[in-house]
Amino acid sequence: MEDILKTYLNKMARNGLINDGSALLGLADATLDWSRPDDPACKKFAPLFDHLNINALIFAKPAEPYWTIINYLARTSVGPITPNDCETRTFLHDLPVAGNLSTEALIPILQHRKSAIVKNHGIVTYGTVSLEQPFVTFSSVCFACFVKFFSDLLHDAKSGHLDADKQNIFESVTAMLPSPIKKNPPALSNGPFTRESNVLNAICQTGKQVVDLELVDSSFGNISYCANDILYISQTGSFLDDLKGYIDPVPLDGSSCAGMTASSELSAHMAIIEQTGCRAILHGHPKFSVILSMDCDVECCEHRGNCHKNCPYDRDVCAIPIVSGEVGTGPYGLCRTVPKALHDRPGVIVYGHGVFTVDDTDFNRALHKLIDIEQQCRIEYFKKFLKG
Amino acid sequence: MFGWHGKILRIDLNRKSFQIDTPAPELFHKFIGGRGLAGHFLKDCITLSYDDPKMPVLFFTGPLVNTPSPTSGRMTIMSKSPLTGTIGDSSVGGSFGTMLKKAGLDGIIITGCSDHLCGIEIFDDKINIVSARELAGQTVSGLNRILKDKGATAVIGPAAENNVRFSSIVIDDHYAAGRMGLGLNLASKNIKYITVKGSGKTLVADPAGLKTAGEDIFRLVSASPALMGDYGISKFGTGALYDLMDARHMMPTHNFRKTRFDHASLMNAPAFHQRYAPTNTGCRGCHIRCKKIAEDGRPLPEFESMSHFSALIGNQDMDTVMTANHFCNDYGVDTITAAATIACYFELTGKHPATENVIALLSDIVFQRGIGEQLGKGSAQFAENFGFPQSSMSVKRLELPAYDPRGAYGMAMAYSVSSRGGCHLRAYPVSHEILRKPVPTDRFTFAGKARIIKLQEDVNAVADSLTACKFIFFAATLEEYAKVYSAVTSLNISGQELMKIGERICYQERIMNAQNGFTAKDDDLPPRFFKESKNSDDEKAPKPINRKDFLKARDAYYVVRGLNENGMPTREKAEELGLLAS
Repeated sequence: MEDILKTYLNKMARNGLINDGSALLGLADATLDWSRPDDPACKKFAPLFDHLNINALIFAKPAEPYWTIINYLARTSVGPITPNDCETRTFLHDLPVAGNLSTEALIPILQHRKSAIVKNHGIVTYGTVSLEQPFVTFSSVCFACFVKFFSDLLHDAKSGHLDADKQNIFESVTAMLPSPIKKNPPALSNGPFTRESNVLNAICQTGKQVVDLELVDSSFGNISYCANDILYISQTGSFLDDLKGYIDPVPLDGSSCAGMTASSELSAHMAIIEQTGCRAILHGHPKFSVILSMDCDVECCEHRGNCHKNCPYDRDVCAIPIVSGEVGTGPYGLCRTVPKALHDRPGVIVYGHGVFTVDDTDFNRALHKLIDIEQQCRIEYFKKFLKG
Repeated sequence: MFGWHGKILRIDLNRKSFQIDTPAPELFHKFIGGRGLAGHFLKDCITLSYDDPKMPVLFFTGPLVNTPSPTSGRMTIMSKSPLTGTIGDSSVGGSFGTMLKKAGLDGIIITGCSDHLCGIEIFDDKINIVSARELAGQTVSGLNRILKDKGATAVIGPAAENNVRFSSIVIDDHYAAGRMGLGLNLASKNIKYITVKGSGKTLVADPAGLKTAGEDIFRLVSASPALMGDYGISKFGTGALYDLMDARHMMPTHNFRKTRFDHASLMNAPAFHQRYAPTNTGCRGCHIRCKKIAEDGRPLPEFESMSHFSALIGNQDMDTVMTANHFCNDYGVDTITAAATIACYFELTGKHPATENVIALLSDIVFQRGIGEQLGKGSAQFAENFGFPQSSMSVKRLELPAYDPRGAYGMAMAYSVSSRGGCHLRAYPVSHEILRKPVPTDRFTFAGKARIIKLQEDVNAVADSLTACKFIFFAATLEEYAKVYSAVTSLNISGQELMKIGERICYQERIMNAQNGFTAKDDDLPPRFFKESKNSDDEKAPKPINRKDFLKARDAYYVVRGLNENGMPTREKAEELGLLAS
């Protein structure tokens, strides 16, 4: 158990979710183990394992700028925080806020939702299968709050509702943002790749670099490469910076169902390969691309609220097309919108979700384009904010 | 009441009488419906023999059935298993559960024994017990042709009439309550069939809330590769698992003596689809539609049948798999136990599909001819009679399905502690150990697995009681289903509170098994899984399970489940779960 706890502490730190040693992780089987057994907070959280049917719990104050953002949203929200990004819409639904760390405050919330944001303290998340659940939920809460914060403040700036409090918090958060990503990261392997081992190495190398560059957290994306009529694609629930052994070979002729554990975006990847002829596909959820994809200037739109499903307008940001589309294969699945939008273009942003970039040789240009799109969106965001 | 009708039909075949019970709403709230409520009505009779006239056969639906709730068209059939002596239940699809609700009923309890073969016909509030003497020996499909205007059907085939211990009840011609031998429970009461047709509605407290809650679930389902992906079960049926199991060295081959099947790539779900060009169908109220019917009307085998009638028995002919599956369905036999018993017979006699006609063997079992008379009692009895009980690959005398536990230790744990024996569905750890949902777990460790298995057993007990399809829990969780449940019933309840009910349901089953003498010694796997395989010629084949680690994990499960060190329920835990007073 000790090893498992350490693994997830390291993952949280590596993803920039925590930056001090105060995170507390609990994992229960017949007995309950804590990452810091001597921490007095263990006594506070142990009853959650008795009252809830859970086996894993994380309590931590997130790293900056997440913490300032989350605490601001918790302080100003009436009821649960309701981000509009894809992660929240699909998996979290909403983000309830607790007034304090008592079990009386936490249990009613955690009975209904996977996480609780506790004002002035941090985030509590839990799992019923493993620590991976509260880890992914923790990461998703940070991402969703970041996106909501910047989306809301851009909206306020544009509509003239930016008061001094908001202006101050905006300035203090932006001062803590990480520096823009270097435009020329270390080169990735050169393709095209024909040997399976080279394909797998290239995918692993690219996934790690995307996370190392802090473009996305490790659970926010997927990667594929097509060689010899086989699509090699990262598995569902895999981590971009730890893909070795977690890549599925999916024959394009449909002769095997081994792709059953492939990324939930397999259909989109297959359609992109089929419709564009490219080989390498990179998908991630960089934050400013997601934020700007949800910034729409159409007033009184009758489709408002369904933008993620079906937007009738041709939208773009910095000449990058924005399309609607939900995760997976449903009637509004992004597999129906993204491939078409990628014709003659190296990248596309999916509303409230993330970016797809492609190339017909290897991952170098796809990665550069992903960086470029996020950089352009970040610059464009601040331009729009200042313009008001 | 919203969701429930509050009505349970009691049929006494001794007196040919009917009665409608209207239990207090609190009973429905306490056990939900389906498996939970059926278990409540079974518990007082559980020490009787399966064929005692007082032993009930129970058909129960849940509050979500006959509402727009996702995947809610299922029901539970329950009695004491003639094969295992444990609680015997099966969650089954088709339209029977929905029709039962349309007829204004939450469940049926059948006791007594007819003095001649009979049928029970329900049409709204009209109930008739009719003679079925002339239908003796009818196959499932033959009977369904005769009953085609009578609504949903639950029928037995010749196997049950001939006392086969693993005979099934088949719903609507294609949906088998296969496991546990429940067909024999009906046969012991001289019931050949039950039909039900209704025209009523089930009241929903908050239709708008149900719509929103349903949309949340549909969104998650769309995002699930295992359910709706290009290679998921919506497209290929449960047979989609075939390639994964082989690739992960988990395909039970030659009666679990090997873990990969050389011909797997030629007999997988895409191969079946190419040859038989099936169309999609599914249970009432389900949009996943995992049932596949071939052009000639035969159902494509489910994953377990596909795997066991190929790899487990060493058969390389796809059409034999199709024919065996169809034969079992039409004559009313559980495909898993049938194939596993034949695999055991092959191992003990040195025979194989090239020397023995599999369909002829199945026919001998159904009609109790020759060796079929012995095989019809299941592999455990057959292997014991042969003097090699360890060759029966079963737990609590229920044959194991198509997941080798050496490749997934959660599955090893789940098999051993399941209240109905060698069953994959009670905790279904394949979800996280193989399909990586809701998140992946390390399949080669017992660390943390005791609690995971206990929690997933509780979740699935709720699913079987709502009654919803367990497959949808690859994508959704009780967090989302609690919203559905609340919208339907008006009860404001959380997913965590539903899990507490699931815990109660599981513990009730554990109590029933304890009353029939089941202890820790029965919570065990066949010895083969703990020993080095002599026949493994594959370096990648999973290693034997470390018995010490297994026993330690089982002890941990007992602690988490609130059992004593011998796996027996305790008065304190039963009281905590409200199981003493009820």
